[in-house]
Amino acid sequence: MASDTIAHDHHTEAHTDGSWKGGSEPFKASYGKLMMWYFLLSDAFTFSGFLISYGALRFSMASWPVPDFVFSAFPGGIHHKPLLFVTVMTFILLASSFTMVRAVQEGHRENKRGVVVWMLWTIVGGAAFLGCQAWEWNTLMKEEHMSIVVNPFGTHVEAGQYLTGDGHDIKEGDTFHAGESYLIHKHDNEWAPLKFKVTEGPNAGLEKEQSFGPKAFGALFFFITGFHGFHVLSGVAFLLIICLNSATGLYAKRRNGYEMVEKIGLYWHFVDLVWVFVFLLFYLL
Amino acid sequence: MSHLSYDQSKSIATKTIIILAVITVFEVLFALLGKGYLVEGFRISGWITGGVMITLSLVKAYLIVYEFMHMKYEVPGLVKTVLLPTLLLVWAIISFIAEGKYWETSRSSVKNHTTEIMVKK
Repeated sequence: MASDTIAHDHHTEAHTDGSWKGGSEPFKASYGKLMMWYFLLSDAFTFSGFLISYGALRFSMASWPVPDFVFSAFPGGIHHKPLLFVTVMTFILLASSFTMVRAVQEGHRENKRGVVVWMLWTIVGGAAFLGCQAWEWNTLMKEEHMSIVVNPFGTHVEAGQYLTGDGHDIKEGDTFHAGESYLIHKHDNEWAPLKFKVTEGPNAGLEKEQSFGPKAFGALFFFITGFHGFHVLSGVAFLLIICLNSATGLYAKRRNGYEMVEKIGLYWHFVDLVWVFVFLLFYLL
Repeated sequence: MSHLSYDQSKSIATKTIIILAVITVFEVLFALLGKGYLVEGFRISGWITGGVMITLSLVKAYLIVYEFMHMKYEVPGLVKTVLLPTLLLVWAIISFIAEGKYWETSRSSVKNHTTEIMVKK
């Protein structure tokens, strides 16, 4: 706090001639912090644009892949654990938000060691989140063959019974309800959609084949989680720079103390905030 | 900058992260319960689970912005310039969801029309 008082005195001496010379701080926040808030506001609009288009496209489709079915893989060959992996990812990001708060608090009391240690934990959290996302993307692309133009996750619109099995989870004769999702597998690099017989509704008795799910699903998933992941990646890069600057004592010398730590803290919490909504829309609803 | 002591703000941060974690676990369990994964044959309407989860996510957003990002301790002017513009999004969400619904009806009428033509041929 001592450095704050000095900084304040300096300000009043140097700029006594009006607000436009930088003498007073609008909203009692420094220029940098205020601009970080407005940058985050504009970024919030960008993310909202993405998320609202997700909502509009999802509502425009007759069926949409069930998230509990799509996101149910876990590292180590574990399958059918709906939402488990993404919950772990959410916890990693939440934990890194907490360590970031701690770093800012240590900055307020000018404790260099505390700032550096808590920022390093935040970097570890961010890197771990990125690792998880890489694994999730890899599973979706390499094992489940989803891309921005092909979505093998379809959803049944009628109840029925399978006439063939896929050698994975579905056996010949298995029944299903409307609204259940399925994954079309590849055999020898060829798509192998299963045949089934409709058992209910006006089409009962008809033979049909599994069809691909809405293309928009893959495109929206990769673009939105990718855009968020890019924010995390650049966040980690900035955290590293600011952590290094703190460690070398640069901020201890500056008159505004650890304000850079506060600013990157705002950005980092915003990334967590966006994840709250990505988590809600893609995985929970 | 807050007027809280170091120990006070530390305990607030700890409390906030615990609440956030509890809400997240509850959301996931509620989503799975609603879709019939936890109790055999028991499901909850998507409107109810959706409403509950959107509300809880807004609570999480409030906690992150107000406690972690210290919005609670900023002057009212700053809070307004940041939060009021986001209210514009409320209308964007409503109108685009309605638009999405309209696309769905258009899509199905196009589909029905093409099937009719195919049948006539």
